[in-house]
Amino acid sequence: MTAQGTASASRSAATVIAIEHLSLTFTTADGAVPALAEIDLEVRRGEFVSLIGPSGCGKTTLLRLIADLEQPTAGSITINGVSPREARMKRSYGYVFQAPALYPWRNIARNVALPLEVMGLARAERDRRVAANLELVNLTGFERKFPWQLSGGMQQRVSIARALVVEPDLLLMDEPFGALDEIVRDHLNEQLLALWEKTDKTVVFVTHSIPEAVFLSTRIVVMTPRPGKIYDVIDCDLPRLRNLDIRETPEFLKIAHRVRQGLRAGHSYED
Amino acid sequence: MSAAAATVADGAAATGVVGRILASRFVAVTVVAVAIIAVWYVGALLLNTPGEREADARAHLQPGFSEFVQRAWNQSRPVLPSPHQVGVELYKSVILLPPTSKRSLVYHAWVTLSSTVVGFAIGTLLGILLAAAIVHARTLDRSLMPWIVSSQTVPILAIAPMIIVVLAAINITGLLPKAIISTYLSFFPVTVGMVKGLRSPDPMHVDIMHTYNASRWQVFWKLRLPSALPFLFVSMKVAVAASLVGAIVGELPTGAVAGLGARLLTGSYYGQTVQMWAALVVASLLAGALVGSVGIVQRIVLARMGIARR
Repeated sequence: MTAQGTASASRSAATVIAIEHLSLTFTTADGAVPALAEIDLEVRRGEFVSLIGPSGCGKTTLLRLIADLEQPTAGSITINGVSPREARMKRSYGYVFQAPALYPWRNIARNVALPLEVMGLARAERDRRVAANLELVNLTGFERKFPWQLSGGMQQRVSIARALVVEPDLLLMDEPFGALDEIVRDHLNEQLLALWEKTDKTVVFVTHSIPEAVFLSTRIVVMTPRPGKIYDVIDCDLPRLRNLDIRETPEFLKIAHRVRQGLRAGHSYED
Repeated sequence: MSAAAATVADGAAATGVVGRILASRFVAVTVVAVAIIAVWYVGALLLNTPGEREADARAHLQPGFSEFVQRAWNQSRPVLPSPHQVGVELYKSVILLPPTSKRSLVYHAWVTLSSTVVGFAIGTLLGILLAAAIVHARTLDRSLMPWIVSSQTVPILAIAPMIIVVLAAINITGLLPKAIISTYLSFFPVTVGMVKGLRSPDPMHVDIMHTYNASRWQVFWKLRLPSALPFLFVSMKVAVAASLVGAIVGELPTGAVAGLGARLLTGSYYGQTVQMWAALVVASLLAGALVGSVGIVQRIVLARMGIARR
């Protein structure tokens, strides 16, 4: 069967992220709040893994732990065999936030060049990489514009270019299209998929949209809240190159149905 | 309607609005100025009436009402000089006298301005450095901030003579002691504004720098400082006005021979109220010019940074 064939093929690829027994408890004035409990997850090279769940399920926190923006209270994470801290120091991932978070006093080109300035790259190399990555997100010609002159969707594409410009193998995306309208989001999803296909990166993508998760992913991790746990991991074995019409096919709807059931089951004990 | 046409229409509407705002602002400013001058004339009449009555009685004069008003508005040493007296004095001491003359208000304004600017520059620099230190070291936040705040609760009139006398004892006189008093008043708003400004970046903007493994210096230089600039300019406007007050106050206790403060002091010694009011008017014009200059620099810098949109 093709489904199992794809799954076993990706299983043989190298592990990029390995998470074992990971827990995080926040200490607040009201006492300890468990955010994540006993997370085990492995992400392999070239995968597109979506973390989906209701708000408060810790999906963003999990992404921030991978990025070394939070510290776990128990368990371990390795990225390409090293700790998140070392991975961050080596700039081995690019992070896209919920908001574009561009620096308003920098024009588009200088926003994309920001990580390269921090890395201390020479001017010529910076210019080359900025031009290449703006072309990748179809924003050539906007170099000298300021962020406020661009639409929300264009700003988020700039922030994707800014994440890609350090040439990371791993892309961490935290609901990057959450604030955009449906049509822009569909369009950017197609572009992101094409980009992933072209650059062959490993992507971990946080979302709360079922169609988005099924459309983009090779694997979907369904999470449930209080404390954040992995409820189900669903292989999404649609062909790698998809267009938006695939959302009407029975295969797509079947996977979406399973995701929805997982989310509903995770919610049931609350009511 | 096409997008371009809409933009043009928006532009036309915008200039219309701007024009109306400017026109209404001009009207408002004029109305307020006229009102102030009217109140001033009434006040001058009321305050000068007792003195004028006494003088008239001594001279055995019994002027009619309009003549009495004329005389009350044109005394040589009025309690409150009338606007036109101050105007004439300004014309004489600003326009007619050469700026090198010891009686020219341009000369005195220049003396005060130079120590204001020096004190303001030192105060701004000191404020920025203190704020940078406070933002980066929690212990400094706890240990320095109370001192900085309490420094401003001491009346400047009490401290100014001590600074002048102490510095004179170690042979530092002239511009620098006055500038130090300006610094004392102006570093505070800059420190407070910059602490707020340097802490203003969005947590996400800081996280981004963190994912690039940026050093603290890089975070300061590429994120905190640019974010703080709008705050800096606002506090610099307060600071420059405070610097001017500091310079004038610094001229009072020393028996300084030059500067707007000295001019105020000699005016009060000899009951030259017209001279004092002329000096006060020049001081307030100077304050307006200083704050306005900071405002112009603010607009240029923020526009070049792309922050000021229109």
